[in-house]
Amino acid sequence: MENKPADGQQSSAWRSALALGLVAIVGTALLAGVNQVTRPRIEEQERKAVLQQLGQLIAPDRYNNVMYDDLYTFTDTAWFPSGQNVTVYRARMNDQPVAAILKLAATEGYNGKINLLIGINMDGTIAGVRVTSHKETPGLGDAIEASRSDWIRGFDGRSLTDPDDAGWAVKRDGGTFDQLTGATITPRAVVKAVKLALDFFSANSQAVFSHPSETPETETT
Amino acid sequence: MQEYRKIFFDGLWQQNTGLVVLLGLCPLLAVTGTVVNGLGLGLATTLTLVFSNLAVSAVRGVLRPEIRIPAYVLIIASVVTVVQLLMQAWLYDLYLVLGIFIPLIVTNCAIIGRAEAFASRHSPLPSLVDGLATGLGFCLTLVLLGALREVIGRGTLFSQAGLMFGSWGEHLQITVIPDHPGFLLAILPPGAFIGLGLLIACRNWLNSRMARRPAERGEMSATAIPERA
Repeated sequence: MENKPADGQQSSAWRSALALGLVAIVGTALLAGVNQVTRPRIEEQERKAVLQQLGQLIAPDRYNNVMYDDLYTFTDTAWFPSGQNVTVYRARMNDQPVAAILKLAATEGYNGKINLLIGINMDGTIAGVRVTSHKETPGLGDAIEASRSDWIRGFDGRSLTDPDDAGWAVKRDGGTFDQLTGATITPRAVVKAVKLALDFFSANSQAVFSHPSETPETETT
Repeated sequence: MQEYRKIFFDGLWQQNTGLVVLLGLCPLLAVTGTVVNGLGLGLATTLTLVFSNLAVSAVRGVLRPEIRIPAYVLIIASVVTVVQLLMQAWLYDLYLVLGIFIPLIVTNCAIIGRAEAFASRHSPLPSLVDGLATGLGFCLTLVLLGALREVIGRGTLFSQAGLMFGSWGEHLQITVIPDHPGFLLAILPPGAFIGLGLLIACRNWLNSRMARRPAERGEMSATAIPERA
């Protein structure tokens, strides 16, 4: 190939470029088509997944708004020093605030962020806490998952006064919450994040419900 | 027919991606905590291999050698993205579990390896068979390693099968060791390395036994490849 005359090389380069371009065009067309076909279904799946998680925290008969769309996202380093995005879903019954679900991450886990959904009722009690994703040690730290142990349900019904300030810690730190066998850092991080969410909510419960709803950009079809 | 049998046997056993060629080990080691995860990634990889081999074989006459690698990358990336979108649409829970390892199929050297070593030199049908066999061989390794780690680590098989088969899959779980306290080593990454080592040893032992048997089929010894040290 190297010994071909110059114009032959040039035409072969053009042909190569053309062939590569064609492959790219066909590939792109295929992707566009598949994306078009699967997008509604993917959106539906994502929506269902979020709804199912939210439904675990606040029973569907307690609210009648579309909680999935009644949300906003903010960053506030005064409250959440890691600078993370916090999303708030709001449950209302006939426009009266019922409860809010805060989606945030515990940042001091053993291995990266522990993503949490924290449901808080209007009276300041916890409706429930769920871990949506984490990278804690399998077999030890993963007991924070509701499907693996009851530990995470220990938050149900708690509030800032039950236990008191000092009680919001794992037992090893003199608090009321169990640590997990072989894992202290993981539950410590979760307890801290839940406490932080409660503090934030008690200081901002009115503002949380009056904040305008911001639906994240999803293309409407 | 004979030829296809050889292609199939090569992909599944003689040149098994996970156990002999040792390509694509990163996903292989990372997701094989359970049978279902292994099966999911294995099938996704198989699907990718079949279609990438088919496409590469179809364009092999058009592509000049100097642009074949970028073209393969384009083809493989497109196929993987399609597989990813399909999984996201129809196997959403499994997609969440396998996470980053689905798009990372693009980087599985086994796929570009088969494109280069086989599909670029053969017509579409043998290429399709080769892709299927290589994929199933990889899938087999993933499932075996997943089963080994799941039984030793958790005492179950097919846990979380609901991720893949919907609600009826939840009844598939088999408890092999009741009240298993859990054996962390098998679930964590070291368990993947040790398990893979055991599987490779097992395959080599089986292979040498098969080779020692009187060679009633001459073709067998001809295709035998030198064992790894």
